Amino acid sequence: MPDSLADLVDQAAVLVCCGSGGVGKTTVAAVLAMEGASRGRRTVVVTIDPAKRLADALGLSGLTNEPTVVAGPWKGEMSALMLDTEGTFDGLVRKHAPDVEQAERILGNRFYRNIAGALSGTQEYMATEKLFELHEESDYDLIVVDTPPTRNALDFLEAPGRLTRFLDHRLYRLVTAPTRGVVRAVGMATQRFLRSVGKVVGGDVIADAIGFFQAFEGMDEGFKERARRVDELLSDPGTAFVLVASAKEETVAEAGFFATKLAEHGIDVRALVVNRLHPLIGEGDPDELAAWAAELRAGGPGSAALADHVQALAELRAIAFAERTHLAELTARIDPAPVVEVPYLSVDVHDLDTLALAADAVFDRD
Amino acid sequence: MEPAQFFTQPRVTIVAGKGGVGKTTVAATMALAAARAGLRALLVEIEGKSQLPTLFGAPDLAYDGTVLVADAAPGHGEVRARTLTPDDALVEYLNDHGLTRISNRLVSSGAVDMVATATPGIKDVLILGKVKQLERAGTADVILVDAPAAGHAISFLRSARGLLDAVSVGPIEAQAREVLELLGDADRAQVVLVTLPEETPVNEVVETAFSLEDQVGIKLGPVVVNGITPPLPGLTTDPATAAAEAGVDLDDAMVDALRRSSAFRAERAGLQAEQLERLERELPLPQLRLPFLFTTRLNATHLGTLADELLAQIPELAPVVSRA
Repeated sequence: MPDSLADLVDQAAVLVCCGSGGVGKTTVAAVLAMEGASRGRRTVVVTIDPAKRLADALGLSGLTNEPTVVAGPWKGEMSALMLDTEGTFDGLVRKHAPDVEQAERILGNRFYRNIAGALSGTQEYMATEKLFELHEESDYDLIVVDTPPTRNALDFLEAPGRLTRFLDHRLYRLVTAPTRGVVRAVGMATQRFLRSVGKVVGGDVIADAIGFFQAFEGMDEGFKERARRVDELLSDPGTAFVLVASAKEETVAEAGFFATKLAEHGIDVRALVVNRLHPLIGEGDPDELAAWAAELRAGGPGSAALADHVQALAELRAIAFAERTHLAELTARIDPAPVVEVPYLSVDVHDLDTLALAADAVFDRD
Repeated sequence: MEPAQFFTQPRVTIVAGKGGVGKTTVAATMALAAARAGLRALLVEIEGKSQLPTLFGAPDLAYDGTVLVADAAPGHGEVRARTLTPDDALVEYLNDHGLTRISNRLVSSGAVDMVATATPGIKDVLILGKVKQLERAGTADVILVDAPAAGHAISFLRSARGLLDAVSVGPIEAQAREVLELLGDADRAQVVLVTLPEETPVNEVVETAFSLEDQVGIKLGPVVVNGITPPLPGLTTDPATAAAEAGVDLDDAMVDALRRSSAFRAERAGLQAEQLERLERELPLPQLRLPFLFTTRLNATHLGTLADELLAQIPELAPVVSRA
């Protein structure tokens, strides 16, 4: 029997909420952490870019690398943090540097600050790193991770590897390699090449890059080893990936792609949460209902009101059917993982009370 | 305002908004509306994996440009589209500056990433630089840029200023200055923000609008609100009464279904109306409103409906007073 979402909240050590942007991932992540706390566990949610009002409600007044406790009527405890990408990266550098001087050289280097702030994939890498840190160094029963909104499904899994490969760059090994014979000759050609590039984009910036790689020398092993251990945590049976989607065809297609790619990495989606579903009300084929509405309209002003009602029903059923058709495809793809259908909520989720209402909807309690 | 004026003053419109609000749909709608108004529209897609071809029922987009809607009828313009991926823009730029010989090595060794990282914002500046080139080339009457989603729109538009802070000489610096000129000139470029009639999206679009004004200084066009439930006035009458008025006999189950479905719709419409009103209060920009189409997959016919909606509303907008 596959675990229900409730089972996962009760038993998993880590829940990763993945999916495209704009589908309600952050809300689902907060709901899962809150539900865990309600059930007596000590939980923490790692958020990435929560809407301001929700952030305020969770006590996240700014980027913070330490979790803050969210006060509420739960048996357990809930904490939250908003990922500080640069701060987390700085912490990693300090951890791996052999001494304070080397750490400071890197932290002060402009090229490093660019990577820490802007290189695509850094945010994803730091989210996994923060997860790993919390797992190793704190004793939360459940860590829920929101993932950055991204068009590329796999950024979350691939970012650490990509970044470590970047840091371990063959090209820069050539720049910093000990000069000896052929190796030195190649090294010089590379330096010439870099100077040409520098003329085009600005010489200072290339010098900064070289300075960074020289300062970083010897640290890449530590980073690679850590990235390997993060990977292990993501593949651990106690880690469950929860896919979040909405029911539009485009998002369903992306979610399906996600699930396939995760499977290629040896990770199965353990639950699917589909948000904003239209209710399936009444009966009748939508096209037939629409035709009936048109007939009524043609019948004159006396039947206009009824025509409107029938049209509303026709349109609602049309979209509700379409959503469920797409849902069926996705359900088949992640079988036997459970699917949680969440209806359109009449409230905006932006504080603890509305989060609780959302939790009721997700865990089918209303 | 005349549609032709709306679309060509300014000529470059950057369509921006958070993920999931329908930016791509709105950019496509504007392009089709411009074509129906007799103009040549160019849609620029940046992030790759575009929904544009599907919307128009066309094959994949090429970097150099694909015709999505041909100017088949008299008075009807055309819609072309192209992708401008950041990596391609950077490699092209380096090639143009004499690094073709080693550009293969650049790509395979990943040095492109290194160069991009060393010069923050360079990819965005180069994309915008290409947009400026397209504007200057004059082969399109209107250029619509489907901007990156989420907060990236702001960093995307700030890239030129950020780069100028870091780099003081060289060709890339000149490029950044020209991009700043383009974005700062209300006669040449504007941002059109897209949102949904829901609380958090409205909060976010208001925030983004003020950030753009503060940090980028770019002109803001009308806000496009997507996904508005079309009104059905008859829903205020109870279905049983409505059936009696129509002289139609309905069973209880049907009356109940009609009641529940209409209540759902009325509730959503009510919530949306509140948000639309709040948007008007908090962001003093004209609004263009697009209807919710009860489908999970938009196609060319839907796009046509949306384009006609836009064309019906544009004449209600106040005319732009050009500084020229």
